[in-house]
Amino acid sequence: MHDDHDHSHDHEHGEPHAPRRDHDAGPATLYEVLERAMRELLIEKGVFTAQEIAAQIDLMDSRSPSLGAKVIAKAWTDPAFKTALLADTRGALAQLDIDIGQLAEFRVIENQPGIHNVVVCTLCSCYPKMLLGVPPAWYKSLAYRSRTVSQPRDVLAEFGLAIPLSTEVRVHDSTADLRYIVLPERPSGTDDWTAAALEQIITRDCMIGTAVPVAHQQD
Amino acid sequence: MTTAATSTPPRFAVGDAVKIDAKSAIGHCRTPWYVRGKSGVVVEIHGSFRDPVRLAYHRPGLPAQVLYKIRMRQTDLWSNYKGQAADHLDVDIYEPWLTPVRSAKRSAKTRVAAVAGVV
Repeated sequence: MHDDHDHSHDHEHGEPHAPRRDHDAGPATLYEVLERAMRELLIEKGVFTAQEIAAQIDLMDSRSPSLGAKVIAKAWTDPAFKTALLADTRGALAQLDIDIGQLAEFRVIENQPGIHNVVVCTLCSCYPKMLLGVPPAWYKSLAYRSRTVSQPRDVLAEFGLAIPLSTEVRVHDSTADLRYIVLPERPSGTDDWTAAALEQIITRDCMIGTAVPVAHQQD
Repeated sequence: MTTAATSTPPRFAVGDAVKIDAKSAIGHCRTPWYVRGKSGVVVEIHGSFRDPVRLAYHRPGLPAQVLYKIRMRQTDLWSNYKGQAADHLDVDIYEPWLTPVRSAKRSAKTRVAAVAGVV
C-alpha cells in the first residue's frame, strides 16, 4: 500500500503520462456552449453568482468515498452510532458534521448474513454524492442500470463478487428522493483494527454493493 | 426540501400486498416501466415527499405524496430470472401508483412473511 499519495490515474509507476488533452483545447462542444450560455445568463439575471458556483464545485469536490468509509468504520466500531445511522441517517451524519443538503433523504441498508444488498438507479443515476462524491462512469451506464435489476448475480460476478446461492441478493432501485448506501459486514479477523485501518478496506464499491470489504494482511 | 407534509394519512401499511399500476404517465413520474403491473409488498413507509412530476416543471410539488418501499420477488418481475427464488428487488413508489391486492388469504400470509423479513 502506498499511503503517501492518492492514485486517481491508472497507469503503472515509471510509465510516462500520456499527453493530456486540455478540456479547453479545440472547439467547444454543443453542450459546453449551452452550459456556458445558461451559466452566463443566470449570473447576469442575478439567480446566482459565479462565487456561488465555485463554492458548490468546492463542496462537491470535498466529498469522496473516504467520507463514506469514515461513516461505515464508525458504525462498525460504535454500536450506538450504527443504531442511529440506520434509524435516522441524516441525524447520525450530522453528529459527524456531515451535511447531506436538502435535495434528498439518505438511507443506509445493512448487509447481513444471508442478505447482500446492491444499489442501482434505473431512471437516471441517483447516487449519494454528498457522502461518496461523484459516481463512477459505470454506475451511469445503460448496461449497469438495466442489467443490475434483471441479472444482479451476473453483474456482481463480473465485479468479481460471487454471491452464494444460499444468500439472497436484494437490489435497491433508487427511483425517488432517497439515496442509498450499503453498510457492509465487517470482515472477520479485524477485531483489533483501528478505525483508520478499517477505513482503508471500505471502498466505494463496498458502499454501492458491487464489492465486499476484504481483510488484507496487515503490515 | 424534498419532504413535505400531507393532509391524508398513508393508505397502506407495512405488510400490505399492492400492485403497481400499469398505466402510462406523462412526465417525470419516477415509476420505472419494468415494475408497472407487478405486485409486491409494502416493507417501509418513507414519509411524504413532493410530487416528482410537478417538481420536474419547477412547481412546488404539492400536494405531497406518501412514498413507500415496495419489495418484489425477482421471479415475479422476470419470467426468465436466473437467480434464486429468495432474491428480491426493492423500489420506491409513490402512493397514487399503488392499488391494494385483494386476496385476503394471500395478503395475510404475505404480511406475516414480510414482517418476518422473508418475503
